[in-house]
Amino acid sequence: MMHLLNQASRLPFADLATPTRRGFLKLSVGAGAGLALGVTLPPLQGTAAASTQAASAFNPFVEIMDDGSVRVVIKHLDKGQGPATGLSTLVADELDAAWEQMTVRFAPANAALYNNILWGEVQGTGGSSAIPNSFDQYRQAGATARKMLIVAAAEEWGVPADEITIEAGTISHASGQSAGFGELAGKAAKLDVPEDVAVKSPEDWVYIGKSFPRLDTKMKSEGAVGVYGMDHQMDDMLVAVLAAPPKFGGAVQSFDAEAAKAVRGVVDVIQVPQGVAVLATSTWPAIKARDLLDIQWDFSAAETRSSSDIMANYLELADQPGAPVKAVGDAEAGISGAAGVVEATYQFPFLAHAPMEPIDVTVLFDGETATFWTGSQVQTLDQNIGASVLGIEPANVSIETLWAGGSFGRRAIYNSHYVAEAAAIAKTWLEASGKTQPIKLVYTREDDIRGGYYRPAYVHKIKAGVTADGKVAGWHHRIVGQSILKGTMFEAMLVHDGIDKTSVEGIEDTPYTIDNFAVELNTTDVQVPGLWWRSVGHTHTAYAMETMVDQLAKAADRDPVAFRRDMLANDARKLGVLELVAEKSGWGEPVPAGRARGVAVHKSFSTYVAQVVEISQGDDGVIKVEKVWCAVDCGIAVNPDNIASQMEGGIGYGLGAILRNEITLTEGEVDQGNFDSYEPIRIEDMPDIEVHIVPSTEPPTGVGEPGTPPIGPAVANAIFAATGSMPTKLPLSQEGLV
Amino acid sequence: MTVDFTLNGQAVSVDVDDDTPLLWVIRDELGMTGTKFGCGVAMCGACTVYLDGQPMRSCQTYIEDVAGSEITTIEGLDSKPAQAVQAAWQELDVPQCGYCQSGQIMSAAALLSETPKPSDEDIDAAMSGNVCRCATYHRIRKAIHRAAEIMEA
Repeated sequence: MMHLLNQASRLPFADLATPTRRGFLKLSVGAGAGLALGVTLPPLQGTAAASTQAASAFNPFVEIMDDGSVRVVIKHLDKGQGPATGLSTLVADELDAAWEQMTVRFAPANAALYNNILWGEVQGTGGSSAIPNSFDQYRQAGATARKMLIVAAAEEWGVPADEITIEAGTISHASGQSAGFGELAGKAAKLDVPEDVAVKSPEDWVYIGKSFPRLDTKMKSEGAVGVYGMDHQMDDMLVAVLAAPPKFGGAVQSFDAEAAKAVRGVVDVIQVPQGVAVLATSTWPAIKARDLLDIQWDFSAAETRSSSDIMANYLELADQPGAPVKAVGDAEAGISGAAGVVEATYQFPFLAHAPMEPIDVTVLFDGETATFWTGSQVQTLDQNIGASVLGIEPANVSIETLWAGGSFGRRAIYNSHYVAEAAAIAKTWLEASGKTQPIKLVYTREDDIRGGYYRPAYVHKIKAGVTADGKVAGWHHRIVGQSILKGTMFEAMLVHDGIDKTSVEGIEDTPYTIDNFAVELNTTDVQVPGLWWRSVGHTHTAYAMETMVDQLAKAADRDPVAFRRDMLANDARKLGVLELVAEKSGWGEPVPAGRARGVAVHKSFSTYVAQVVEISQGDDGVIKVEKVWCAVDCGIAVNPDNIASQMEGGIGYGLGAILRNEITLTEGEVDQGNFDSYEPIRIEDMPDIEVHIVPSTEPPTGVGEPGTPPIGPAVANAIFAATGSMPTKLPLSQEGLV
Repeated sequence: MTVDFTLNGQAVSVDVDDDTPLLWVIRDELGMTGTKFGCGVAMCGACTVYLDGQPMRSCQTYIEDVAGSEITTIEGLDSKPAQAVQAAWQELDVPQCGYCQSGQIMSAAALLSETPKPSDEDIDAAMSGNVCRCATYHRIRKAIHRAAEIMEA
């Protein structure tokens, strides 16, 4: 490969894409879980100017460079939701740094130091947990580093520590002494680490609660050169593409690679447990050659049903009793005595995540140690599973987390399957060739769309009634679908008595008060691998529940907001977002001609979101979502603009799916393959959006996912208001509405 | 085959099979990764470059058709509209994951070169081929209007 133009020096973040920082890893491990590093690291080997700076590590999370810049060690993957900026905000506030000083690097895999506190001894990102689990930890890290800078300044200047102030990155004393962070960092980092340093009171916050620009926007506006896994390049690197079985559970029987091997640039074709891999000196020959492989597949153990067969089976199961999930009062009696009864059966399709950056991972394995470069979302899993496939100890596996081009759940993969695939390829190649070469496994978009790990298909069957005075009389709710977690390492954590929490969340824990309420689950057996998809179970449960609420409100001849108010007497925060969105949208005022409105409110990941949508409908029946008002209560709003951004993105992501996305299978093979058949939301589909944040002093909760659940039912409720018919089969394109 | 063309003002020469998409020549042979791979079938716009000044999907532009042309990628983007777009992108914090944004910015700058004061409809028409899975479209639309203001100032 010719690297004619090395653009790395333009990038403030280029040091993130350079090879390992094992020095820091070792030091961190040596320090255990404590904060006492107290060392100055040697200059890092890297291509960017910034990385030639010496870094003084104050603790596992805060480093200060000789030029005074603060480098925050980010333990979470940043796949667009903004934790790099969010965690830096927490540190900057406690340090009283200038915003321009802040830079970041991603943490190495080290579950002892960098675990997600909400997950135990696992380092990973997901469940909208980055800010909630880091809020105290990163503020504490910043406050401790600040104290050390002050003590160093006091010693240097011979003045009392309590007379020293720090403002916008300048340490100063009334005597006229002043210094930047870089001048004192080396000395400060060697001091004993003080214990129990107090963090600021909210009234002293400089950055928290205000909207400072994201730290990654500049580089992402200039091409984000070399920062994603897909862009990772190394000397002598091979590119691998994998021919995987076209039916889930299939296996290779035999193959002929003669034509593939004749493609210029192809180095070899090798079999691994997951399929047949083409290795080439660059990407295009590998993709081209894979099409020339002649592979005989063994489908004897594969899923060979069509999605229509699977759905027909689910609809039958919806008529059969399921495992009891929740029983409050007597649902049957409530319904049989109701003044009005509504029944509905909902069908939700499989959905692919389709992040912009397809899956990729680069591995370098020398027989004893290995490094993986990827947008690693659960570093602990990637490290352990990579090690297991390679037959080495996890301690000998480094994970270099890179910026990720989206995930929406796809990279939080319980079996680290693509790390395992890359590891199998690297191990096989090393054994076959005797060469230690970096290998980048690349998924094409077709590999991504057809590769499984979908939001599972579900059916919900609901029968509910209202009383003569317009209240919910009873609600019977049966859910049918596959467990995401059964058979995975998360089973013990989230599956109890056969009930996968992710199949029923949003229903069984609804904040609505329903006196006679029964929830059942029929868990199905399907070989199409399932996975969490932005907001997990709430992707379907919010839709079923919120559209049933609107149907009940109509049966009771009541306004949907007023009807919900009665059900929310016991949840002030859910009621709060509902009231705010009603106020901001002018709910109850006349709607313009040709328009209709719908509302939905849902709590997920401890965050409350309410949305009102306004749609128009053409003469052909096709709808367009014109406007969305969104109210969110996520506790303390660390960065309001980023919260707004996540609500906008969550709305767009959910809207695209309900409009026209579905994965279907014909005799076990996925019908869709690319953005022509799995058509993503585009700019002309995107409504205008207003986001309003409820002021709060509660601990912060996440915002990556909670914007998604309400948009589907809010749109459906608007359609219901316009047409009197509730869409119950998704996507809406199935019902001629798109 | 050997193909000579100009990349961001610099003469380059590559020797690859004639059916190699320009995208993979830029990324793998020339080592410039600002131009992204998103779909490979011209359905997402992440790979947008300019060929003799016109926005093209480099994943469906074959190297044999590039001989003698001038190619501009995000790394070589420096026109006045481009600078306005990049400034507006930063002012409004448009990117989330950022992976599609090279293509978005290439398309937006091309739009403003032709239409300095675009309407919402102009924006939808020009940007419809650029997919953003983070759905930053709401801010993209605002940022293009803002870039138009910056250009006027």
